[in-house]
Amino acid sequence: MSKPISEEEYKKRLTARIKGWITGEKDPYLGNMELQAGKEPAMDEEKRRSHQKDHEKVLDRVYDRKKNKMYRFFLHFYKITAVACCIAMVTILLAAVSYLPPVGNSRNPGNNEVAEKYIEDGLQDTGAVNIVTGMILDYRAFDTFGESNVLFIATCTVLILMRNDKKKGKGSAEEEEKRDSYYEPKSDTILQKIAFVLVPIIMIFGIYVVLNGHLSPGGGFSGGAIMGAGLILYLNAFGFEKTERFFTEKTYKCISFCALSFYCLAKSYSFYTGAHHLESGIPLGTPGAIISSGLILPLNICVGLVVACTMYAFFAMFRKGGF
Amino acid sequence: MDFVQNVPFFSIMISMFSGTISSILPEKPAKWLNTAVISVVGAMSAWLLWYLVQTGTGSFVFMMGHFPAPWGNEIRAGVLEAGMALFFSIVMLFSMWGGRKKLFDEVEYSKHNIYYILTNLLLSSLLALVYTNDLFTAYVFVEINTISACGLIMIRQNGRTIEAAVRYMIMSLLGSGLLLMGICMLYDLTGHLLMSNIKESVVHIMKTGTYRIPMIITIGLITVGLAIKSALFPFHAWLPDAYGYSTVSSAAMLSSLVSKGYIFLLIKIFYRVIGFDLICGSHIINVLFLFGLCGMIFGSLSAIWEKDIRRMIAFSSVAQIGYIYMGFGLGTEAGMIASIFHILAHAATKSLLFISAIGLTDVSAGSRSFFDLTGSAYRNKIAGVGFTVGSLSMVGIPVFAGFVSKLLFAKAGIINPGWKMFPTLIVLAISTILNAIYFLKTVVRIYTPEKKSTEKEKGFFVLQWKQQKLYCVTIVLFIILNMVLGMTSQPIIRLIETGLHNFS
Repeated sequence: MSKPISEEEYKKRLTARIKGWITGEKDPYLGNMELQAGKEPAMDEEKRRSHQKDHEKVLDRVYDRKKNKMYRFFLHFYKITAVACCIAMVTILLAAVSYLPPVGNSRNPGNNEVAEKYIEDGLQDTGAVNIVTGMILDYRAFDTFGESNVLFIATCTVLILMRNDKKKGKGSAEEEEKRDSYYEPKSDTILQKIAFVLVPIIMIFGIYVVLNGHLSPGGGFSGGAIMGAGLILYLNAFGFEKTERFFTEKTYKCISFCALSFYCLAKSYSFYTGAHHLESGIPLGTPGAIISSGLILPLNICVGLVVACTMYAFFAMFRKGGF
Repeated sequence: MDFVQNVPFFSIMISMFSGTISSILPEKPAKWLNTAVISVVGAMSAWLLWYLVQTGTGSFVFMMGHFPAPWGNEIRAGVLEAGMALFFSIVMLFSMWGGRKKLFDEVEYSKHNIYYILTNLLLSSLLALVYTNDLFTAYVFVEINTISACGLIMIRQNGRTIEAAVRYMIMSLLGSGLLLMGICMLYDLTGHLLMSNIKESVVHIMKTGTYRIPMIITIGLITVGLAIKSALFPFHAWLPDAYGYSTVSSAAMLSSLVSKGYIFLLIKIFYRVIGFDLICGSHIINVLFLFGLCGMIFGSLSAIWEKDIRRMIAFSSVAQIGYIYMGFGLGTEAGMIASIFHILAHAATKSLLFISAIGLTDVSAGSRSFFDLTGSAYRNKIAGVGFTVGSLSMVGIPVFAGFVSKLLFAKAGIINPGWKMFPTLIVLAISTILNAIYFLKTVVRIYTPEKKSTEKEKGFFVLQWKQQKLYCVTIVLFIILNMVLGMTSQPIIRLIETGLHNFS
């Protein structure tokens, strides 16, 4: 038997609160989350029209559109040529595809002694159960080293474009960030609660993928991308004050420098000994164990760190122009 | 295996590692590291070249890792590769010196170390493109080359350079995409990525006749991709802005090294992947020949119409790239040698022109307009001399590098068996006259004295050599390099010949 309770007591109960939320009597966000209502960009029709007119005037001034036959001819010519070029290119490529060797045929030129050796001797040569990792980090490690430098240099160019070196005052990084995220919700409860659960899982999964790169599908690039996604989620939920406690520009520089230097030195050693037919002296271990396959595991960790930092750095650069 | 055979590997690794180290260094140490790395690479390449010539080894391959060629990576060095590496590092060093002082005006001080990272990685990618024996390695380093070139354009941050960088990025990525597609199709048809193995399969395919059509499409894709990236005539729209508005060192390096790296890769693909006979038998070289001729004329015409001195020099690059592709199009070994010599001559001259042009504009209150440059050679004497030497070399006056390459082109045209003799000679003559028009009118303009009162009014000033010592030394070194190429051309041509023979 349930006993009757007073109105006030009923309102404190969970059921009542949920009911209130559903019927729309009370908004749980109200007073708990800072949220600025975005204003419609006020652009009156007249202003827009005058802009348009200015634009037309500039075009008239520059190209003299009324009398300039070449300009009109160019506009048409450009459109027609662009379409014609695209159609020609598509036709040529489609024709080429129809002449290529059929997919999956065992007698294709691609199925030759190169692929055969990778599959048959891969485990023995590199100690990696995952043949793909063995290929990219041992057989063809030079290409992969170039590829991680591509990431590094891409971050450098984003740094040039986005880094805001003004420390204080108008136009500084902090100010820009504040203006950018003015209308975004701050301390969003739903996002924070979910991130609180998800971020550790994502990070652990990323670390797992990196560490098991030589045993199962995955490796430095994919694992690093997962870890970077985790960091970005954390940043979005909790803001820069929290992430800057453990990840600043200094950390980024340090991590990427250490990882790339280790990669460079380790691989230089391995290339040098390989070219001179010397024993590298790095044991391959038992295939399938977590600590095995020589340099592949540490190299995977390096690549993973570089990729994670790069992804996070890109996001932070676009968001704030710094860390 | 001699120790000197490690040089290709060492030079690529050192330049890549220095890029990583520069990321944590402040501006000054990064600058010194950059200079040191470029000089060390140059010295080592000279050592390698000397060794290869002395012993007559021809060429050797260097295994990158514990696995031999078709499975692992491999680089290959011969006389031509070593020579190119030496030449690229010399030109890069001089270009960096020439723009060093100007860099403080052009780039924010806090971003200087990024500039040096980009330069180091650009050097490593050029070296890898020169030494590579594997198509996929070539593609990876083409990517590094593209991104660092893009960074070098936009590091001087104003609207013009951002627009130029976006344009460069789009065109260059289109080229990369076509190249990548070509490499993928080549792998599908042959099952290899190593150059020598692909060549065997290609010969087999062409003999038996299977996959003949996709093979020709593949050759076309690769050629067009690299032609877009090196600004052959109809694809040159990105070039004037990219060279005209970036920092002076960047402009010198982009015009003399980046585009030349791609052209060298194309030569390597012609000789070592597809086979020179096959290329000569296909119609692709006729297309290259035609576009080369068009580039020679239209590039020069655009340069004549241009009022901005740096854009004028940039348009002249279009014409010179046209010369190089015309040499390919002749389809003979003589044409190829002329093209390779022109790569050297153009690289040495164009960087000299860009660097001396900045000296001239600096004393004219930063104005690049043709009319404001009146008398600027008196205000900055060494820059005037440098610009004059560069112009004479481009026009093709004896003693300077440009003369020898024009002579070689003319010779190659005359001994060409087919119909290409008359077009080559006629267009060569027309283009030389056009070159003379726009370069010599600039030389006359900068040596026409300006009234003192006008100079004062416009804020022009006189620079003595004491105020710009490093700049003067650089210009003198460039002039010497130009004259060495122009006066001792025979041994260099012989080296190129042996290098090309080692290719096949």
